[in-house]
Amino acid sequence: MMSDTLRRIAPQLVILAVVILLNFIVFPGFFSIEFQNGRLFGNIIDVLNRGAPVALLATGMTLVIATKGIDLSVGAVMAIAGAVAASVVTAGGGWVPALLAALAAGLACGSWNGILVAIFRVQPIVATLVLMVAGRGIAQLITEGKIMTFINPGLIHLGAGTILGVPTPVWIWIIMGCLVTYVVRRTALGMLIEAIGINETSSRLAGINSRVLLVAVYLVTGFCAALAGVVVAADIKGADANNAGLWMELDAILAVVIGGNSLLGGRFSIVASLLGALIIQSVNSVILLSGMPPEFNLVIKALLIIVILFIQSPTVQHAIYLFRASTPPHAPTEERAEKSAEKSHKNNQTARESLS
Amino acid sequence: MMKSPRLPLYLTMATFFLAYLLCIWEFPSMFSTRVVANLLTDNAFLGITAVGMTFVILTGGIDLSVGSVIAFTGVFIAVILRDTSIHPLVAFGLVLTITIAFGAAEGAIVHYLEMPAFIVTLAGMFLMRGLAYVLSTDSVPVTHEFYDVLQSIYWKAPGGGRFRLIGGVMLLVFIAAMVVLHRTKFGKNVYALGGGVQTAQLMGVPIARTTILIYATSGGLAGLAGIVYSLYTSAGYSLSTVGVELDAIAAVVIGGTLLSGGTGFVAGTFFGILIMGLIQTYIVFDGTLSSWWTKIVIGILLFTFIMLQKVLAWATTARRKPATEFAMRS
Repeated sequence: MMSDTLRRIAPQLVILAVVILLNFIVFPGFFSIEFQNGRLFGNIIDVLNRGAPVALLATGMTLVIATKGIDLSVGAVMAIAGAVAASVVTAGGGWVPALLAALAAGLACGSWNGILVAIFRVQPIVATLVLMVAGRGIAQLITEGKIMTFINPGLIHLGAGTILGVPTPVWIWIIMGCLVTYVVRRTALGMLIEAIGINETSSRLAGINSRVLLVAVYLVTGFCAALAGVVVAADIKGADANNAGLWMELDAILAVVIGGNSLLGGRFSIVASLLGALIIQSVNSVILLSGMPPEFNLVIKALLIIVILFIQSPTVQHAIYLFRASTPPHAPTEERAEKSAEKSHKNNQTARESLS
Repeated sequence: MMKSPRLPLYLTMATFFLAYLLCIWEFPSMFSTRVVANLLTDNAFLGITAVGMTFVILTGGIDLSVGSVIAFTGVFIAVILRDTSIHPLVAFGLVLTITIAFGAAEGAIVHYLEMPAFIVTLAGMFLMRGLAYVLSTDSVPVTHEFYDVLQSIYWKAPGGGRFRLIGGVMLLVFIAAMVVLHRTKFGKNVYALGGGVQTAQLMGVPIARTTILIYATSGGLAGLAGIVYSLYTSAGYSLSTVGVELDAIAAVVIGGTLLSGGTGFVAGTFFGILIMGLIQTYIVFDGTLSSWWTKIVIGILLFTFIMLQKVLAWATTARRKPATEFAMRS
């Protein structure tokens, strides 16, 4: 069981190690961690902290993508949640009602997406596009077009504070990731979600209540997005409806894809997605630490993404697999069976596992 | 059965004319050639982009890189006109070559590496935006007498409306796209590919060539939109046209094209663009509404049209339902 998980996330661990090594080469002090004023400082902590929003989004996004769906609205939901939390504390509420209101807003957005996808059978990319376009407008409606700043210490602590020396956002994403992983892997839920992604009709015929599960999956994503929105708003002590979570949905999807999860649904690994989020953040850190002109950031990021995607593309994986398989003398029937499984794309994870 | 794919198109057209009538009813001054001319001029670059997006979406793909390509084109032209003495027309040719090659490369990756278009064009979006930053992070003005010549071309309609060159370019692109889609083999291939890759392959459609051509078209049209945008603003700025890809996708969906591919018309996209432009014009005329209402109204429109398509799809399949139920039971 343990070795299976390790084998699944091996490529991501290797990529992360390489990127961190790059970090170490351009900045030898990368691994040093100091303890000052009751909190930990260091580049590693920074990567974990800055990666929190994408990691949170990636947790929910993994589940949605596993059902063959996608959620484009998470960035807009972050903006809405931030705006709701900020408006509650500026109206005199405490940080607990603010957090709860933001999470409720996230769940409401999630249920809207989920109902469109599960009940009305709208394609996920279109269904969530509606909220992606309208959501930012709704967030601006809540903040009335301004950047709503606040000074509530409880709320700020969620984004900029520390617990036991570790920044709060790090706790939040690790706990959320572990919780969701635990729930889907200790119960049959994970398997049922995968079944929906592989073939929804047959999963329904097999007795899975796919509608309820689909709505639940979008609810989880909305919840995660709301948490990420609160963290981002608390970090800058203000809700910026225009820029909070802007293009974050793309980073989150990228994290899931780098995590080796197929956009066509099916088998998923939340741990791998979280590693994907860390890889993205480490890449950002390499570019920052290397002292390259900031203009080059996006180009380098794009090129790195293309390389990572190239390595993980089904065609290249298949070519590597054929190359590996042709060297030792194998039983031909087994090889052919595995090859056809790879070709049908239903199960390219198996091939990837047999690779490593 | 034949009329069902056109119904969303007619509904989009009806929505536009009805909305325009309501606008005129509230603000009679909106009934002028000025408003119509501005509608065409202000949305020219978006319209050209949306044509490319329609092609891509008809095959069941998506192109997220167009906004960045427009920004890159603008910056590229501005920088090259500032630093060298070559003629703008040469610069236009050069930038179109780059964007077409870029689109073709995206298409090749989508086809040969079997990666989802969503992720490939997402990487392309980062790459082009990044290249625009590398060229210049400042807004670079374009001051060339040829630009003044192009910008001064207009036809003054009775009533004071000025139909400028870039609006004309958009109309030409729409007409050309309609001819290509409905009168050429390539157009048939686009629809066939959207109906299903395997089916298209069995029918003998050249999948690789069509996919690469589609993305090259989208890249090239985004490049043309960038040229139009640079004529429109007389400047190149790497932070401009962020999110245009979403506006283009929204216009295509409002125009009645299915995001799953295979069904849709360029004419619908044209009216989708006009509807979105009309909302903005209305907000300007009203004066009391804030700009975020544009986003909310476009979101509501998107939702309405998606639901409409669902209802239409349900109405056309409902007649066949007993047969499938029978088949499943047996």
